[in-house]
Amino acid sequence: MGLLHTIGDYVVLMAQTFKRPDKGKVFRKQLFIDFQHLGVDSIGIVAFISLFVGAIIAMQMAYNISSPLVPLYLIGYTTKQMMILEISPTIMSLILAGKVGSSIASEIGTMRVTEQIDALKVMGINPANYLILPKITASMIYNPILIVFSMVIGLFGGWVAVSITGIVSPVDFVIGLQAWPVPYDIAYALIKTVVFAFIIASVSGYFGYTVKGGSVDVGRASTKAVVSSSILIIIFDLILTQMLLT
Amino acid sequence: MIEVKNIFKSFDGQQVLTDVSTVFEEGKTNLIIGQSGSGKTVLMKCCIGLFNVDEGEVIFDGRCFSELKEKKKKSTRKEMGVLFQGGALFDSYSVEENVMFPLNMFTKMPFEEKQERVNDVLKRVNLINANKKFPAELSGGMTKRVAIARAIAMNPKYLFCDEPNSGLDPKTAELIDELISDLTAEYNMTTVINTHDMNSVLQIGQTIIFVNKGKLWWKGNKKEILETDNPELNEFVFATELTRRIKR
Repeated sequence: MGLLHTIGDYVVLMAQTFKRPDKGKVFRKQLFIDFQHLGVDSIGIVAFISLFVGAIIAMQMAYNISSPLVPLYLIGYTTKQMMILEISPTIMSLILAGKVGSSIASEIGTMRVTEQIDALKVMGINPANYLILPKITASMIYNPILIVFSMVIGLFGGWVAVSITGIVSPVDFVIGLQAWPVPYDIAYALIKTVVFAFIIASVSGYFGYTVKGGSVDVGRASTKAVVSSSILIIIFDLILTQMLLT
Repeated sequence: MIEVKNIFKSFDGQQVLTDVSTVFEEGKTNLIIGQSGSGKTVLMKCCIGLFNVDEGEVIFDGRCFSELKEKKKKSTRKEMGVLFQGGALFDSYSVEENVMFPLNMFTKMPFEEKQERVNDVLKRVNLINANKKFPAELSGGMTKRVAIARAIAMNPKYLFCDEPNSGLDPKTAELIDELISDLTAEYNMTTVINTHDMNSVLQIGQTIIFVNKGKLWWKGNKKEILETDNPELNEFVFATELTRRIKR
């Protein structure tokens, strides 16, 4: 019953959110602030994690593919496939759920408990539209850019790892990266990313917007936002994989 | 003028307001007083439309708020200025951006004109050279002044203040009271102030309603309140040694 109530509240909030902004100029300004806050500020963490995860995957592939019958360029190929199909879109989205999701929930939650949302409402502004829509839009536009960046950095990390350790020659690794290119794989990854970006921003916005109480409740809402977003990302990963790859 | 007619409001089956009716007069400071939990904040939130009433009406110069269509409701809201208890300034905006916010949202003024208006209202609330400061850098009194400036930026017809001097020292509280009172006369606003501060009551209470246990218990002005024989109101008004001395 509680879950149904939450889903109902979420749908109602989204109906309020997806309305025409009161003023286009103000919306665009808010959108650019959120590009910076939610997107540009996440480049560092995405780059760092992608670089190391790419390197680790390449080394693990080399460890697992030790048979002389298997061509060494497969290490590059499997690293590429893992980065594009799963690591970059899903794992990076989970990391962004932690970073961006908690930020959205706590920002909006603090505005709720300090009556800033009430102030917007009494001015005649639709607070859900003003606060949540730019965040959803910014995430859905910027996260795919971050994920493509993550793919590139991850593959570079793999190349650096094999170059330094010498487990496979960099040339073989690059041949593997270039083998059997399937543009649809990128499209699949980007579709997943856009869906995950919507989940992160909207679910976190919901938990922040519906906070009642004080600072402790804002903290709880932030945790709930990250946990719920992460669970939904994994569930939708399975659903989208079934729909798009099988 | 704001007419409140037979308002009922409950939360989860608990009755908070019962049959409250009153009139908040134009050009006057109308005070709602009562103990914590008496229902005065709920009454104010019903008036500004943050809570929907279960029964009854709030009428703004002949316009019943609950019966207005969304567009009319929105335009009526633009005639309201609200000063929240904590100021409710937007943390990520500077003082200037906070005051300019309603102008950005609802007017097509050129930037220079908006800037001029912002400077005018900030000057009016005695805040000069604070335009670029952020809410976190302001004192309690300054926060209230900025919130008042934002509330009057659009020349509102109705000003609502929720405990405007809570958390302020007596001197600053008095200055804020005076400022609200002066602005009310200057802009000819219908000002509704929610307070439990007896200094405010005695200083600016042109009309006063006493809310107790969710009901309208008493109505009068700052002179009458000292002479009332209403036992509940007396208990509230003369709860402190200072007010008991004033009575003696």
